[in-house]
Amino acid sequence: MTIIPIDRKNESQKIASILSKKTVGIAGAGGLGSNVAVSLARSGINHLVIVDFDCVEESNLNRQYFFLGQIGKEKVKALQDNIKQINPHTSCSIINKKLTKGSMWKPFTHVDVVVEALDSAETKTQFIEEIMHHLPNTPIVAASGVAGIGNSDRIVTKQIGNLHMVYDEHALSSDDDVLLAPKVCLMANWQANIVLELLVGDII
Amino acid sequence: MSITVNKRNVDYVKDETVKDLLKRLKFTFPLVIVKINKDHVPRSKYSEVKIPENADIQVIHMISGG
Repeated sequence: MTIIPIDRKNESQKIASILSKKTVGIAGAGGLGSNVAVSLARSGINHLVIVDFDCVEESNLNRQYFFLGQIGKEKVKALQDNIKQINPHTSCSIINKKLTKGSMWKPFTHVDVVVEALDSAETKTQFIEEIMHHLPNTPIVAASGVAGIGNSDRIVTKQIGNLHMVYDEHALSSDDDVLLAPKVCLMANWQANIVLELLVGDII
Repeated sequence: MSITVNKRNVDYVKDETVKDLLKRLKFTFPLVIVKINKDHVPRSKYSEVKIPENADIQVIHMISGG
C-alpha cells in the first residue's frame, strides 16, 4: 500500500475541491470528446455539457469510449451512462443535436472551459472562431492532427490568447490516414490535461 | 525588413493583407487559424488586416479528425 504524504493529500483535496465546482463544455462525443469526458470525470469534475448528434457505430469502438452493447444508442446518452459508472458525482447535461453555423457557441455560455472535439477541419475552424468571438473570456482547448500512428513527439500545444491547440502540424487529414486509439486518446488526454491546468493550475 | 511566419523569416511586403500573405506562401489549406503577434485574426478579416513590419505570425492548420 502506498502511503500518501500529508502535503500530497492536501494537494489532492484542494484539486478535488476546485474541480467539484467546475463545468466543462465538450463539443463532439467522438474520439476526442468521449475520452476527454471520461478523463475529466475520473479527475472529479462537477459537471459536463456534452453536445453531439451521432449514434454509436461499431467502427467507433477502435478509439471512442463506448462498448459493443451501446451500438445504435445516442452517443451523448451512452457517454452519460458510462460516466455514471465511473464517477456518479460528475453530472452531465447532454444535448443530442448537430451544432449549426452561427449558433455553435450557444450551449457553452455558462461553462468554465470549452473543449473542441469535432471532426471535420471546417467545423473545427468555425467552432473556434465562434467561441473566440462570442465567448472571448472562455478558454477553448482544441485539437488538430489526430490521425495516424507514431510520431507522438511532434505533438505540441500552441496558444493564441484564450485558444489552446493540441497540434501535430505534419499529420494528415483523417480522409487520408487512420484514426486509431493511441494517438486520438493521447491528444484527447492532452486536451483534458490542459483543461485541468486551466482550472487548477495557478491555485496550487 | 522581414516578418516571421511559423518562426521562418519571410520578406516584408508593404500593405500586404493576411489573404495575400497566405497566397504568397502557398498555404493551400483553406482552414487555418492565424495569429499576428499575440492577436488572433478572424477569417472574415483576412482581406482587410494588413501585416505590420516585423510581425511575428503563426499559422495553424486545422486538420480533420476527431
